[in-house]
Amino acid sequence: MSPQASRTEPSISLLGTTALLFEAPGDMDLPSQQRIWALAHEADSWPEVREAVPGMNNLMLTFTRAPRHLDALCERLCDAWRAATAVPREGRVVELPVVYGGEGGPHMADVVAHTGLSIEAIVELHSAPLYPVYALGSHPGYCYLGGMDPRIATPRRKVPVLSIPGGAVSIGGAQTGVSASAGPSGWNTIGSTSMVFFDPAQDPPAMLQPGDMIRFRVEGIVR
Amino acid sequence: MIEILSSAALATVQDLGRTGSLRWGVGTSGAMDNLALAAGNLLLGNALGAAAVEVPVFPFKVRFGEDCAFALTGADCAARLDDQPLLPWWVHQARAGQVLTLGLPQGGAQRGSRAMLCVAGGIDVPEVLGSRSTQLRGAFGGHEGRALQRGDVLRAAGAATACRTGFGLVPPALALPLARDGVAAVRVLPAAEYMAFEPASRDAFWSGEWKITPQSDRYGYRLEGEPLRPIAPMELRSHGIVPGVIQVPHSGQPIIQMRDAQPSGGYPKLGTVIEADMWRLGQAPIGSRMRFIETTWDEALAALDEVRAWLDKVARMVALHRGAPRV
Repeated sequence: MSPQASRTEPSISLLGTTALLFEAPGDMDLPSQQRIWALAHEADSWPEVREAVPGMNNLMLTFTRAPRHLDALCERLCDAWRAATAVPREGRVVELPVVYGGEGGPHMADVVAHTGLSIEAIVELHSAPLYPVYALGSHPGYCYLGGMDPRIATPRRKVPVLSIPGGAVSIGGAQTGVSASAGPSGWNTIGSTSMVFFDPAQDPPAMLQPGDMIRFRVEGIVR
Repeated sequence: MIEILSSAALATVQDLGRTGSLRWGVGTSGAMDNLALAAGNLLLGNALGAAAVEVPVFPFKVRFGEDCAFALTGADCAARLDDQPLLPWWVHQARAGQVLTLGLPQGGAQRGSRAMLCVAGGIDVPEVLGSRSTQLRGAFGGHEGRALQRGDVLRAAGAATACRTGFGLVPPALALPLARDGVAAVRVLPAAEYMAFEPASRDAFWSGEWKITPQSDRYGYRLEGEPLRPIAPMELRSHGIVPGVIQVPHSGQPIIQMRDAQPSGGYPKLGTVIEADMWRLGQAPIGSRMRFIETTWDEALAALDEVRAWLDKVARMVALHRGAPRV
């Protein structure tokens, strides 16, 4: 379980002199993420902030220049969090066809072993929700999704895999997502899909934004 | 025009990095030794963040298709221009047709691991999302979004302009040394999960020596040493991270995020190598050993000031050389 779930106050920690990390207290949920979006919008206008980057119920602030006095910034951040309200976003719904298991889902067996569920049950639980995009991160165009059924949560891998392909649908802890391009990952890949998530020539370059929704449609199951 | 003659893989075009696109999942990339890049650009009178070629694998050869001033910084690679040996951390003049060869890094245990080939005006590639750095994962930026290959032709934006050459500087490894018990060291600020590690593991982190394993690259350095154990297993929510963050996956062997690292992650973070010391890591050879020194916010800011002061000193020295009457 995440250390944040048992907290009642937000926590702020350093990422060297480059950035700080603000973590919202309580269970991970959409209203809390909507407050994170509002907080990001607010903090983006502060002079010492280069970029406010939402994560999963948390927010990273990178610095234009490391501030001499951190206390003032931390206080301002906590005040802004208290004032932030959860504003729903009317996003688009994007449907992604997924082939679960087989070559495109090499770690399905690990999810089966960890959850004790059958492949069919895992696929059903994974493809049921309409997943809101909480944040982008990891690599260009990658979406972190909220709303995965906790019954299929599976810990990240002991050692990250050196490369998983683009379109890999995977589970890491209580989260799920789709890789936008080939690269290293510590998550468990359970299926694959095809979709272009990123084009640096477009503005914005990412196809999906926080507040958009993804639905996984079962195209096939390989046992 | 500068033609790449060697097939040596993994050389890339880099500037000081792509900031401001983290929200799209785009990491910063940028020179592993940002100090070598900045100093090389100062030597040439370029903008501090002009793009250069980062060379991690040797030998590496290029042919200049036209007269061009260039500076070699970073690892001392016993460079030659045709048959003439070249000083490192120095500005040189290439004539059309000359071949520049970078050999193996010199200096024994003190050797660096990456050379920066800076050219007059910087490497002229298109800016993508505000930077000329190669985004390998996204396959954009730099030269066609990939590592350089034999036959690639790059352009130096200022090849035609006259540039004062024939001077150099004392490298930062000598001007700003940092070691602990004779082993290369970097300073670390503890991060969010620091106290969630066993006290013995925290001690081992600071007191132990860490080997940089062969599975280390621009994405991250995988270290080998005494396994670091959390008091209880942690599954964190994904959050933004930056180069320098030291993650500890379940194996207990730490991974330092480097310039091509993902901009977000979820493994527990023990600490972050301070920005002022990232250039040291960028030069640390695979197989070498390193140590971590615990630091504070104020000390980390002072270290940044020290780096800026060194660059200011370089800028003043270069201004003297460039302003001096030609003899």
